[in-house]
Amino acid sequence: MKFDVRTAPQWRARTSVSRVMYTVVLALLPAIVVHAWFYGVGLLANIVVAVAAGLVTEAIALRLRGRSVDVLPGDGSAVVAAVLFAFALPPLCPWWVTAIGMVFAIGFAKHLYGGLGHNLFNPAMAGYALVLVSFPALMTAWPAPEIGDLDYQRPGVAATLRYTLTGRTGDAPPGLAGLDAIARPTVLASTRDGLAARRTMDELRASPLYGDFGGSGWEWVGNFVAIGGLVLLVTGVIRWHTPAAFLGGLLGVAGVFWLLDPNVHPSPGYHLFTGGAMLGAFFIVTDPVSAPVTARGRLVFGAGAGILTYVIRTWGTWPDGVAFAVLAMNAAVPLIDRYTRPVVYGRSTS
Amino acid sequence: MSRLPDLRLQPPRPAWGVRPPRRKSLSARDPIRVLEPPRRVTLPLAVDGGVALQPCVSIGQAVLRGEPVAGLGAPGTTRVHASIAGTVVAVGLAAVAGASRPVPCVTIEGDGDDTPWPGYRPVPDALRLAPDDLRLQVAAAGIVGLGGALFPTAQKLATGPALHTLVLNGAECEPYITCDDALLRERPERVVAGAQLLLAASGIPRAVIAIKTDMPAARIALYDALQAAADPRLSLAVVTGKYPAGGERQLVELVLGVEVPAGGLPRDVGVVCQNVATAAAVADFFASGQPLISRIVTITGGGITAPCNVEARLGTPAATLIAAAGGYAGTPRRLIMGGPMMGIALPDDDLPVTAGTNCLLAATDAELAGDQDDEQPCIRCGDCIEACPARLLPQELLVACRQDDLAALDRLGAAECIECGACDYVCPSHIALTRRFRAAKRQLGDAARAAAAARLARERHEARTARLAREAGRREQELAHQLPASGPDSGP
Repeated sequence: MKFDVRTAPQWRARTSVSRVMYTVVLALLPAIVVHAWFYGVGLLANIVVAVAAGLVTEAIALRLRGRSVDVLPGDGSAVVAAVLFAFALPPLCPWWVTAIGMVFAIGFAKHLYGGLGHNLFNPAMAGYALVLVSFPALMTAWPAPEIGDLDYQRPGVAATLRYTLTGRTGDAPPGLAGLDAIARPTVLASTRDGLAARRTMDELRASPLYGDFGGSGWEWVGNFVAIGGLVLLVTGVIRWHTPAAFLGGLLGVAGVFWLLDPNVHPSPGYHLFTGGAMLGAFFIVTDPVSAPVTARGRLVFGAGAGILTYVIRTWGTWPDGVAFAVLAMNAAVPLIDRYTRPVVYGRSTS
Repeated sequence: MSRLPDLRLQPPRPAWGVRPPRRKSLSARDPIRVLEPPRRVTLPLAVDGGVALQPCVSIGQAVLRGEPVAGLGAPGTTRVHASIAGTVVAVGLAAVAGASRPVPCVTIEGDGDDTPWPGYRPVPDALRLAPDDLRLQVAAAGIVGLGGALFPTAQKLATGPALHTLVLNGAECEPYITCDDALLRERPERVVAGAQLLLAASGIPRAVIAIKTDMPAARIALYDALQAAADPRLSLAVVTGKYPAGGERQLVELVLGVEVPAGGLPRDVGVVCQNVATAAAVADFFASGQPLISRIVTITGGGITAPCNVEARLGTPAATLIAAAGGYAGTPRRLIMGGPMMGIALPDDDLPVTAGTNCLLAATDAELAGDQDDEQPCIRCGDCIEACPARLLPQELLVACRQDDLAALDRLGAAECIECGACDYVCPSHIALTRRFRAAKRQLGDAARAAAAARLARERHEARTARLAREAGRREQELAHQLPASGPDSGP
């Protein structure tokens, strides 16, 4: 009897790039639902726009590079980048902002560097940084969460979609004036402005914008992002090193300053459950392509991103620092990889 | 040697390694079945790529079971023995399982009566023999490493003053394979007796038998056998169930906490490794006078009707063994000699099994799911790094392979790859890493040999140039002595 032959190993674990990528998307679903619960359907509209823009860019880039154009389901990497990018955007965001960010993320940050596996920078964060720098007012104007004691009427589904797809808010004049009517500063922004105005944390925390730890509403999104992160840990899609180092770095620095003076430094819990910290810890710094490859390298990388996040939040120009912290650490990855190489078996003795 | 490294009888679980499905219970249900001698055997006289032993039989010659058919050279060389009684029908090149090209073989047709050759006798008091005598007898018995390397056991045992530990490898870490487990469960006393004989033959002061945590029955059986032997030199280590814990270098690291130096052998750190089946074969020879003519083979997989362990004569065609296990169930896709991680896919089942055949795995489509080579780009997930027992960076080696960068391959330690396949197994991008590393190792070896040859040629050339210069200088001096008159004041 004859058989087919191949070289060892004769089998593989049941895993694939697309499986890894789509697991990441699934793990973020609970947080997406909670986000929509507090901030309306804006996020869903942003995800649709981002995924569409991302896939079109991916298809064009693959075609230009002479690769086979298979984007859906494909390897899933463009979908993951799009969903994470959309998650970082404010829920009320005109479609062209989203599209510009995704074209940059996929076309420039990913394919100009050589495509999947070769990008130095995290595509979602590169896209986010671009739109944050280009449209700072739009990017920092969030609607307040749907919580009882906020004097705020959330735009309905129709108004949200109209704004997302046209950039106009109903009868109000187009542009920012309309958005200003419904948007509130984010907790991160109001904290830094309040502290700059010499108010203490206790005074600031009296505002209904604040919840138990971080921003009210937002801390719940953070919880569900963390739950998604735990799912990724349990399913083996990510390892514990980067999230633990990121959260440890952020917590450590925040804890030191908070202990020094809790009146002018927000608590570590606030830093953990506000802004992009949880998303950064479990979904951004864990992107394998733009992170170091060894466990030791990932500890350094994660801790660096966590510390930089605190530094940018506290002393930088931008209210949140996750995106810039991650991008800065991305640039350090080749160096980290170089200095965290393991010693090959049998070479430590010789 | 000032102090021996401590034995770690329950070593900590290593960071490296993978946990593929074990699928060992398939073949571990029934006791080992001793098969009848087959009608025909083909006995290789060389391992793949090695030097062949000189045959000492000719076509038409009648041989008895256990009679030497090759290797009757200088004392201490290994031998090959007729595994059945019958007539030699062919001496020449033939294909055998696991060899990449035909190797010299002796083929014997059985006559059915299986009469033993009287040339070897049991040696009941073998433990009292001198180490040199014991090693000569082990070599004469044709005993080679049954873990798969087929290295002559006697050569590995050559005494050395710094040797301190004999590690008997029973940590069968490949999925599916249970031949060593079956041996340890059913014949632990032979392994223990073999350990004592190997210690006597090598002068090593202690031996440790290593098994895995997922072999509870073997552990109990060995424990009882060790109690019965009451030999303080012997101990039992239980290592992780992760693959590849049974790799020689990995086992040394696990049990002794020391690393075998790069490019070196376990004996460089005072250790000799032998497979438990090898130890049992040594014990069998001294107890019964039967040289190495059989081994335990696991016949398993979804494509086998009744998976089991059999004791089969060396040289039996794979098809005969599979028939003994009830034949094929359905149409298996692949026939693998060895396990799914490091095994060799056989093109057909006529090939004879060798002393290195621990398993025949007839695998179905369902079992091999995920063996396709649909390579995606590396996403730097690092799973290969985590899996690698040699602490290599497979994803960087891959880049060096693609760029044919021999210097980078050398710097990154490609030569230390043990080809265990763990990186391939976990790769989400389905990149054929091991295949590339195997080729890279070969390239590095070729390059090293070429460099050595070039160095030798250069040294020869430089030596010759220096010698010619010396001789020319000497001649000039002699010339100068012969013409003492030549001076400034005696010109013409």
